[in-house]
Amino acid sequence: MKKEIGNVEIIIEKWKGIKGSLIMALHELQHLYGYVPQKGAQQISTAFKIPLSQIFEVITFYNLFKLKEPGKHTIAVCLGTACYLKGAPDILNELKVLLKVEEGGTTKDGQFNLDVVRCLGCCGLAPVMTIDGEIYGKVKKNEIKDILAKYKKKEQK
Amino acid sequence: MINIKIDGTDYQVEEGLTIAEACAGLGINIPTLCHLKDVSQDAYCGICVVEMKNARILPRACITKVAPGMEIQTKTQLVQETRRMNLELILANHPLDCMTCDKDGECALQDLAYQFGIKRSIFLNDENVFAKEVKTPWDTNPFIKKEPAKCIMCKRCVDACANQARVEAICVANRGVKTEIATPFGQPLEETTCLFCAECVQACPTGALIERTRIGKGKFKDLTPTDTICAYCGVGCNLKLFKDKNNQLVMARAINSKVNRGRACVKGRYGYEYVNSPDRLTTPLIRREGKLRKATWAEALAYTAERLKEIKDKYGPDSIGVLGSSRCTNEDNYVIQKFARVGIGTNNIDNCARLCHSSTVAGLNLALGAGAATNSLEDIFDSDVMFIIGSNTTETHPVIGKFIKENQKNGAKIIVCDPRYVDIAKAADLYLPHTPGTDVALLNGIMRQILEHKLEQGDFIAAHTEGFEELKKLLADYDLEKVSQITGVEPELIKRAALLYGGAKSAMIFYTMGITQHTTGVDNVLSIANLALITGNLGKRGAGIMALRGQANVQGSCDMGALPNVYPGYQKVDDPAVKEKFEKAWGARLSAKAGLTVTEFSTQAKEGKLKAVYSMGENPLMTEADVKHVREGFEKLEFFATQDIFLSETAEIADVVFPAAAAYEKDGTFTNTERRVQLLRPAKDKPQGTKYDWEIVCELAKVFGYSMNYSGPAEIMDEIAKVTPSMGGISFKRLAGDGLQWPCPTTDHPGTVILHEGGSFKRPNGKGKFHAVVYKPANELTDKEYPFILTSGRILFHYHSGNETRRVKAIDKFVPRNYVEINPEDATRLGIGDKDMVKVSTRRGSIEVEARISDRPKRGLVFISFHFREANVNLLTNPALDPISKIPEYKVAACGLEKIWN
Repeated sequence: MKKEIGNVEIIIEKWKGIKGSLIMALHELQHLYGYVPQKGAQQISTAFKIPLSQIFEVITFYNLFKLKEPGKHTIAVCLGTACYLKGAPDILNELKVLLKVEEGGTTKDGQFNLDVVRCLGCCGLAPVMTIDGEIYGKVKKNEIKDILAKYKKKEQK
Repeated sequence: MINIKIDGTDYQVEEGLTIAEACAGLGINIPTLCHLKDVSQDAYCGICVVEMKNARILPRACITKVAPGMEIQTKTQLVQETRRMNLELILANHPLDCMTCDKDGECALQDLAYQFGIKRSIFLNDENVFAKEVKTPWDTNPFIKKEPAKCIMCKRCVDACANQARVEAICVANRGVKTEIATPFGQPLEETTCLFCAECVQACPTGALIERTRIGKGKFKDLTPTDTICAYCGVGCNLKLFKDKNNQLVMARAINSKVNRGRACVKGRYGYEYVNSPDRLTTPLIRREGKLRKATWAEALAYTAERLKEIKDKYGPDSIGVLGSSRCTNEDNYVIQKFARVGIGTNNIDNCARLCHSSTVAGLNLALGAGAATNSLEDIFDSDVMFIIGSNTTETHPVIGKFIKENQKNGAKIIVCDPRYVDIAKAADLYLPHTPGTDVALLNGIMRQILEHKLEQGDFIAAHTEGFEELKKLLADYDLEKVSQITGVEPELIKRAALLYGGAKSAMIFYTMGITQHTTGVDNVLSIANLALITGNLGKRGAGIMALRGQANVQGSCDMGALPNVYPGYQKVDDPAVKEKFEKAWGARLSAKAGLTVTEFSTQAKEGKLKAVYSMGENPLMTEADVKHVREGFEKLEFFATQDIFLSETAEIADVVFPAAAAYEKDGTFTNTERRVQLLRPAKDKPQGTKYDWEIVCELAKVFGYSMNYSGPAEIMDEIAKVTPSMGGISFKRLAGDGLQWPCPTTDHPGTVILHEGGSFKRPNGKGKFHAVVYKPANELTDKEYPFILTSGRILFHYHSGNETRRVKAIDKFVPRNYVEINPEDATRLGIGDKDMVKVSTRRGSIEVEARISDRPKRGLVFISFHFREANVNLLTNPALDPISKIPEYKVAACGLEKIWN
């Protein structure tokens, strides 16, 4: 998954000198690696003449930017109002227990990331969770094990 | 002025002030935790709220400007309750450990909690009552400690790092309750851009950030502060030094003075510790049976006087050499040069300024008529273009480096010419990496481009200068292609530098040893003067030539006449009228023959012409070029005595050593790089058994048979003023506060901020003189056996021969050994890796030193600092001298590299 550093240079070439382009460059950097690696941020810092400390402020201000390499699959549990009332906290809890991971964390085997989101725009299906963008609606606690197994299986194939 | 009402009383205040500023001016107290003038003004804490008529909210006094008719209440119940609530919130997570906190007594939060009588915040989380050790990125550096629990998120440290230190090493990370002061990516502080100037510590209102070196050294109430001047570089930062109950210095704070504007560097902030060292000399030493043994003052003085007299009688006064010191005060230097000239009767008096700025004194004197920096530090902020050549400013003059970066942020441009890609080069708008020793060619090339683009100031040249035509003729030889070939700089860069400097409204030149320490040192300085003259960048604000002085009193020691060819105030010894004046003032016959320079001492000693040397606080056996030969010379002397605070490398071979007081223990004056004479105050008592430098010289003189009596430094300064026209108006009484910049000829003269104002130069005919300077290559060139160029210099953390900084535990722990910077390409070619041991050899010797692979030196260049006796670069440096200033070529030596082991 790791790409060659050369690609960072392409990003830098594309955005260097354009005012207010730091976030766009960081975006693309994250797209490249799945997170913002320090080395890449340092390259941007040097090229853009923006102190690394300022870049770090930006990265940590926005939820979107990740500082750690994410798991292979990203689970997002909706805790928006509708899902919350329909029992999303239980779903989240079950995931935590099954995966042995906290919110925002990555499982030890690097397979899953567990994130919390606010409203995915399909409240009729509450409670909702997504895995890698695939939507699971009206999820029941006892279904979760099987859903996760699907992804684990995919991996084994 | 506008009318406002505060607490029911009418006041007239200046427009544009904030409510807080207006109240401060009226003596009305408005508390704050986050506001720090000019540094941090983002209104975070909410402690300064006031009530305002017709306002929906309670505005923050620190950011709300006064307006006509405004009615403000600062003491109402609502105000007090609101402030109290905000304080309760701030205190919610603060551990209650004032009893053992090092900030106790100096903590703004503690003061406010006391004032509001908050014993326990209503929001206090019981878990946080006691301080807990948590891991932070601050844990592994020896300088700064962070206790996150005590942080109140006022952001002052981050602002101080950005606005004062100008390194932006730390930041505010995350959001909401998770917000914290952090390093980028949580890397250890020492891996960030932090330079440990500790402006952040000084800015912190609580115990969250603290100097690690201060922990456990005493509560604030038990420390005694003294305002004095930093004893390191020539910036002359005003410091407040604190001593504990045991007469040890334990803390330093930067003063918001005209010079340093509340800033300091790692050496100012931590470097005082050497004065506490157990290695301090406290008794005189006399060499008996080959060993230095303790002696009484009477014995040591009598023995020294006797030997000096003997040698003077036998070989004449010119067989004795005397050394003043740029590390000692003006008064010390005045007294020792007077002792040399009157007591001994020789002009063989010099000081270590010979080894740094003698080229400046000679060169600027020839071109402009005064050998000092022309402008002032405050002027930096008026300059549009800052042209820095041969100066690693952020390491050698860190506070000036901060000013330069600040002015850049205000819109000014930076040009840096340096063979090494030093920190200030990284910040530069234009960077010209020229080959060491090619400065004249580069400057001539730039001037040629200025002429080609018609950017010269014809009116200024016509009215205030002479010799322009000769220069113009010479410059015809320096076309872009040729200059590029000599200097290794791309033609386009040379042209752009010329356009930028030549096109500026006011441009300032900064230079240091990269210009002066060459066999063409004077030529280099003359070229710089040419560049400033051709563009009319002299005698006005924001322009000029800033020859940055490297040691605390390098300017002063020269001003005092600790030089072989001039009396105090640069009055020439071979001028009969001047000689007569001093003979009258000092009541003695004086020698009309200019004396020897320190760089000639060792060769003359080797040849048997110089028989004795008396030195005050100098360490030539570490710091002179080709130091092995200097040692041989000094070892041949019949008698050598020195006064010092430590047994330096030089003192080790002396016949007599006198224990002296350190700068931080002295009364007296230093003159900084902008000619500002500033008062020193003793921050601690000198150790028992030591004497002040001037006192030692006076006592020796008395036993020697020449009586000099002074009640103290103030009286010495009065005598200096009498014989030195440019300092005629200076007395200790007038120096309190910001000091005085010479020329200050009369007691009502305010001092001189800008030399040569309006183009009236100090040369006899009032004109600046152009010198047509031809490029000459460095004395030593590379060859097959020695294919690299070695350049030597300073690093940020250490100073001079290391006798002080290596006795500062935190600093020596951080940079414990010398290293050689090698370009990655060269390193790969030679198979040298980072931290490998390499042997560096020149035609004079070799040293073994650790390799540091670095993008700083350009290809073919290596750099070694001169602070470490275990690997002294001066065993390698080239002693070839500039013919006029007699400065050695420290900056260029041909060397070879060889890997020893991994």
